[in-house]
Amino acid sequence: MMKKTLGIFVVFVLICLLTAALSDVFLRPQNVENLIMRIGLYGIMAIGVSFVIMTGGIDLSLGSMVCLTGCGLPWLLVKVGWSPPLALLVLLLVVLALGWTHGWMITRWHLQPFIVTLCGLLIYRGVMRGLAADQSLGFGTAYDGLRWIATGKIPLGSLPIALPMPFVWLVIVALLAFGFLRFTVWGQHLLALGYNEEAAKNSGIRTNRLIVASYMICAFLAGFAGLLFSMDVNSAQPSDFGNFYELYAIAAAVLGGCSLRGGQGAVLGVLIGTALMQVLRNMIVLVFPAQQNMEFAIIGFVILLGVLGDEWFKRYFAKRS
Amino acid sequence: MSATVLAVEGIVKSFPGVQALKGVSLTVARGEVLAVLGENGAGKSTLMKILAGLQQADAGKMMWQGREVHFSSASQALKAGIALIHQELNLSENLPAGANVFLGREPQRWGVLDRRQMNAQAQQLLDRLGFGLPAETAVDGLSPGKKQLIEIAKALATDAQLLIMDEPTASLSEAETQKLFEVIRGLQREGVSVIYISHRLPEIERIADRVTVLRDGENAGELARGEIHHDAMVRLMVGRELSDFYQHQSLEPGPEIMSVRGLRTRAYPRHEVSFTLRAGEVVGLAGLVGAGRTEILEALAGLTPAVVGEISLGSQAYAPQAPYDAVERGVMLVPEDRKQQGLVLDASVADNLTLPSLTRMARFGLWRDFSREKACADEQIAAMQIKVSHAGQSARQLSGGNQQKIVIGKWLALGPKVLLLDEPTRGIDVGAKSEIYQWMETLVQQGIAVLFVSSDLEEVLGLADRVLVMHEGRLAGELSRENMSQEAIMRLATGGEGSF
Repeated sequence: MMKKTLGIFVVFVLICLLTAALSDVFLRPQNVENLIMRIGLYGIMAIGVSFVIMTGGIDLSLGSMVCLTGCGLPWLLVKVGWSPPLALLVLLLVVLALGWTHGWMITRWHLQPFIVTLCGLLIYRGVMRGLAADQSLGFGTAYDGLRWIATGKIPLGSLPIALPMPFVWLVIVALLAFGFLRFTVWGQHLLALGYNEEAAKNSGIRTNRLIVASYMICAFLAGFAGLLFSMDVNSAQPSDFGNFYELYAIAAAVLGGCSLRGGQGAVLGVLIGTALMQVLRNMIVLVFPAQQNMEFAIIGFVILLGVLGDEWFKRYFAKRS
Repeated sequence: MSATVLAVEGIVKSFPGVQALKGVSLTVARGEVLAVLGENGAGKSTLMKILAGLQQADAGKMMWQGREVHFSSASQALKAGIALIHQELNLSENLPAGANVFLGREPQRWGVLDRRQMNAQAQQLLDRLGFGLPAETAVDGLSPGKKQLIEIAKALATDAQLLIMDEPTASLSEAETQKLFEVIRGLQREGVSVIYISHRLPEIERIADRVTVLRDGENAGELARGEIHHDAMVRLMVGRELSDFYQHQSLEPGPEIMSVRGLRTRAYPRHEVSFTLRAGEVVGLAGLVGAGRTEILEALAGLTPAVVGEISLGSQAYAPQAPYDAVERGVMLVPEDRKQQGLVLDASVADNLTLPSLTRMARFGLWRDFSREKACADEQIAAMQIKVSHAGQSARQLSGGNQQKIVIGKWLALGPKVLLLDEPTRGIDVGAKSEIYQWMETLVQQGIAVLFVSSDLEEVLGLADRVLVMHEGRLAGELSRENMSQEAIMRLATGGEGSF
């Protein structure tokens, strides 16, 4: 596991050095702060989806979950007029319920995760666009106190940068996830079921419950990230808010060592995978501004190279040991 | 049968950390059935893979039909006429028999599959094996025996002159085995040679012309036709006398632990099965493959809940809906397919051993107690004599026998009341077998009831206090230790008259 994480970490450091060498903007405090914030936002989602990937499943509905809570919050507050605590509570309960529904359909009716969550992707965004009449939503100048949980910054003494709140949330989520996987019985059960669901079930583990719980964790974290995203940018368009975010999250998890066949995953790897993705996007903007439209292509190639390199590493070590 | 078709000499093959073959030699004559024997890890599979071109030897010479050959791939060996039939059958279940026979080498006309010619040729091959199976038959409903024959037809379609069969009877019933042997004899008459690998010594007595035994990657000895006897083979395999291989002592059975009344499984919803298990008793469940034995075990262990049936465990009703119900009540299954159903192969030996008991060992049932887990794993490794380099080794790297010991050992920490074993020694070498038998003895002495399914009649006779024989989903009869014999079991298993 460490070997794997080490490989991706080396790539991460190389890309950082390369970008720093090619662009003098990269290391400016403003850029670093921004980067850290983005890592926080996307990292929360990536950790969520890595739980599902560990069970051998997939969740394609993340981006639409982000849209649902991200657009749902300003809609409920500004258009419907709910109080912030009620709106937050209801939105988080809704995504938990959606995650439960995914898990229930997958375990009880043996539907394929790909199909169930693909339908989720279409349904949730569609519903949000309908509710908001496809209008752009925002908080305006109100709710600055509430928005602090996403836009706030914690000064770091004499350092030139301050720590953005989303990153603080990511650290909390990552520590909880790490503790869950490493120190609880359920974490061990989850890994066992990811490797071989049948054997885990035959060992007396309630695998279905764990799978449902994974989809709930994933949906909850995506919904939570959606709230932070929308509070941060203060403007959400239901038709494209959170578009493709599931792919960023899945890619980060895979780069971080989660196998789509299940069973493998480490929180640290997912964090580095997320950071790598964001630095890469940053590099494209800073170093190749003319190629910005090629962003997806470049990211696609890098992920492919990462996965190939990982496979190559694995074979190399297997031969040696 | 004098003309030697295959002669290999001094084959050496090393893997990182182990020398699998240390200079092995063997010869096969035209039309000969050569049995290759050896415990797991003796190097049989490696040698066969080298012969079939799947792996390459580090050193050594291989003469095939008078010419020295070096196969660098399976397709080269196949082209030369050597075909390996894997233990796990490699058929595309969704395709018909004929398409499987010609898979990858389909006859074509102008680049388009010529289905008519393919089926005609496949039919010829299937008929040559003497079983009336139309080439259009779908594969997925067929019995393991028929699938095996399709594999053989597939090999013959390449014009193979040497068939290497790895445990061909592992999932065959007695009748199917008989049929397979007839096919092998037929091939022999046509001049096809066969290398036959099996752990079932009685079969080798029946089919082999000659036996070569491997031990620790070396030739341990050879037996000619007249010398092929059970004890002689065992002696060569283990390098010592294996006296009292089955040393089962019947105990005075204790109180009734489990009683099953009117159990109907999903596979045979129209047949009822009833029986009881007593403490300290070893009960065998015999019958042909597909007779419904595994289904009974799976119903009792909650894998596939029974349709109806009244089961009581101790004095309480018992109706497991999932494995965790059964495990909680002390009913544990060692499943038939240990790699798929019993083990998390990529996890460590320790993780596998502690998996079912993690919650019990944890603080507040949630926080893992690593020191207790380690103690538990070490205890089982020592008790079951599992041969590992360290407890963190992945289960995949162990031999079949050691893997099976993990699947049994993981239950022991939980204190089973009823242990259900499905083909517990399939594909396991003699040494590990005898250790597993000793464990079964220890367990019943502790008052556990053991119900085991086995297609190895010798094993059933050697171990069981009582045998329940199944035939097509029904309980065809029960035999006490005094009335047990291979013939009596086979008579019941094939639908003959019962004797109670």
